[in-house]
Amino acid sequence: MSKKLLLKNAHIEGIRNFDTYREHGGYQSVEKALKMTPDQIVEEVKTSGLRGRGGAGFPTGMKWSFLAKPEGVPRYLVVNADESEPGTFKDRYLMEHIPHLLIEGMIIASYALGSNTSYIYIRGEYAWIPDILEQAIDEAKKAGFLGKNILGSGFDLEIYVQRGAGAYICGEETALLESLEGKRGNPRLKPPFPAVKGLWQSPTVVNNVETIAAVVPIIDITGAEYAKIGLGRSTGTKLISACGNINKPGVYEIDMTITVEEFIYSDEYCGGIPNGKKLKACIPGGSSVPIVPANLLLKTAAGEPRYMNYESLSDGGFATGTMMGSGGFIVLDEDQCVVKHTMTLAHFYNHESCGQCTPCREGTGWMYKILKKIESGQGEMKDIDLLWDIQRKIEGNTICPLGDAAAWPVAAAICHFRDEFEWHINNPECLTRNYGIAHYADPLPVVEKQ
Amino acid sequence: MSETIAFKPETLEKVKQIIARYPEGKQKSALIPVLHLAQKEFGGWLDVPVMDYVASVLEITPIEVYEVATFYTMFNMQPVGKYVLEVCVTGPCMLRGSDDIVNHIKERLGIKAGETTADGLFTLKPAECLGACGYAPMMQLGKFYHENLTKEKVDEILDLCRQGQIAID
Repeated sequence: MSKKLLLKNAHIEGIRNFDTYREHGGYQSVEKALKMTPDQIVEEVKTSGLRGRGGAGFPTGMKWSFLAKPEGVPRYLVVNADESEPGTFKDRYLMEHIPHLLIEGMIIASYALGSNTSYIYIRGEYAWIPDILEQAIDEAKKAGFLGKNILGSGFDLEIYVQRGAGAYICGEETALLESLEGKRGNPRLKPPFPAVKGLWQSPTVVNNVETIAAVVPIIDITGAEYAKIGLGRSTGTKLISACGNINKPGVYEIDMTITVEEFIYSDEYCGGIPNGKKLKACIPGGSSVPIVPANLLLKTAAGEPRYMNYESLSDGGFATGTMMGSGGFIVLDEDQCVVKHTMTLAHFYNHESCGQCTPCREGTGWMYKILKKIESGQGEMKDIDLLWDIQRKIEGNTICPLGDAAAWPVAAAICHFRDEFEWHINNPECLTRNYGIAHYADPLPVVEKQ
Repeated sequence: MSETIAFKPETLEKVKQIIARYPEGKQKSALIPVLHLAQKEFGGWLDVPVMDYVASVLEITPIEVYEVATFYTMFNMQPVGKYVLEVCVTGPCMLRGSDDIVNHIKERLGIKAGETTADGLFTLKPAECLGACGYAPMMQLGKFYHENLTKEKVDEILDLCRQGQIAID
């Protein structure tokens, strides 16, 4: 049984409300934090080893310590609740079920960073969640945990919720800031990093929802105790959103000591594959991370069990490993067609490319067209090599990581499942799926950027 | 700009509250929230006069509004039906049968993706990942998600829409 830090009270009825949250220990970490200095909090987070839970896994305490502190210039904390990575729905769960955990974490983080105005940027489609967050903010304010002179500490803080309007790219921190400034979500060139010039050119820290929520237990139990949970540099707990062909899709909190096999097959987590089907492959960290076939998923390059943590999942590099990413765990059973799955993801990245960089703008649409051609039985062998060339020319050649995110699924699919691509080209029917070719009688269009 | 376009007084009050969230002179940050309000209040889509009106409210140029409105998928640049059925078709939903749901809706309504029924009631809009991967297949209808869809559940939703008995806001 994994230790629960974030979801330990998630099952309690009414935990969404302030009074119930408070009855179960809520806001005690704020009381504790406000008796510490901001620097002490940053040190505590550094000691915890907390890594950003949005996907990149960058050490949070270090990110906070990079924040520039020029005199007379406001600083901002912006919570990234854009969550648009296919396979990832954990932040939604936190905000829907335990909104005060996020608000409490934001108060502590804002105090540590010296932010008196903080924002939650939430994806526009989560249209009902801002009401939940705003109610939590109102409740916290009435109880004296927000507003002027919080708990007599002299610290002032206002939190506002801003809805986006449907753009995956706004999960990238600089695109998010552009959007928050009322512009198109076009990523900015870095440097300067947001820690120096962020929101309205002021020093800004952008953190994921889960990252900020994790600050609450860190202050509660101390960074040193938090660091003892987990394995190696994968400290603390991690939310995993599991989906695809599994018996029990949902959001799970793990302490990163369990194996991938245990996560997929045990009743405590995914409960195995429906109808006794075999595991074919998995994307363990959200759609942008490389797909891994079952044999490489369950064992590391050295033949050891693979664990659900940052290091073990990336063991062996790209050829065999993948990444923890955002924790969006997508399982494919033996009936699934990798070509079709890759095609749908390629369409996603084509749709979501902001269009700013040529390799991404042109390459994502081109990859989708070729994949559609192969998937519909019209492909040629040379198309596989062309796909490989295109993804190579996108990766690393764009302003933001969306280019990599679009390239990796294609590269990994070719790398691990080339035989399926070849089968699609040589045979009139799909190798795996039980429905006919060209099932998309009305295929999704390639998106031309404006 | 049409003279008749104007937010209701209570909406204008909401706009002022939104602008107050940002530092002085940074009212452009309110653009996306205000466009959401405008789309809701002015018929479910944003035509040029509406966008021009939003520009005047925020004291920014119309082009600043156009470039934002055309970038984000939630803003409709064409008229849509009363009920916009946004079915997620991205990988995780596809693994759990979103193709079947899309095809079923097409058959039931006699429209293709992106089209609106002749009675102006429904628009079908395949959507990219909506963050409901664990509850797939799913669709968004107005403000709310309908998850773990089956063909029967879709039929029930369509009937409720026809009866005007489904919440979208």
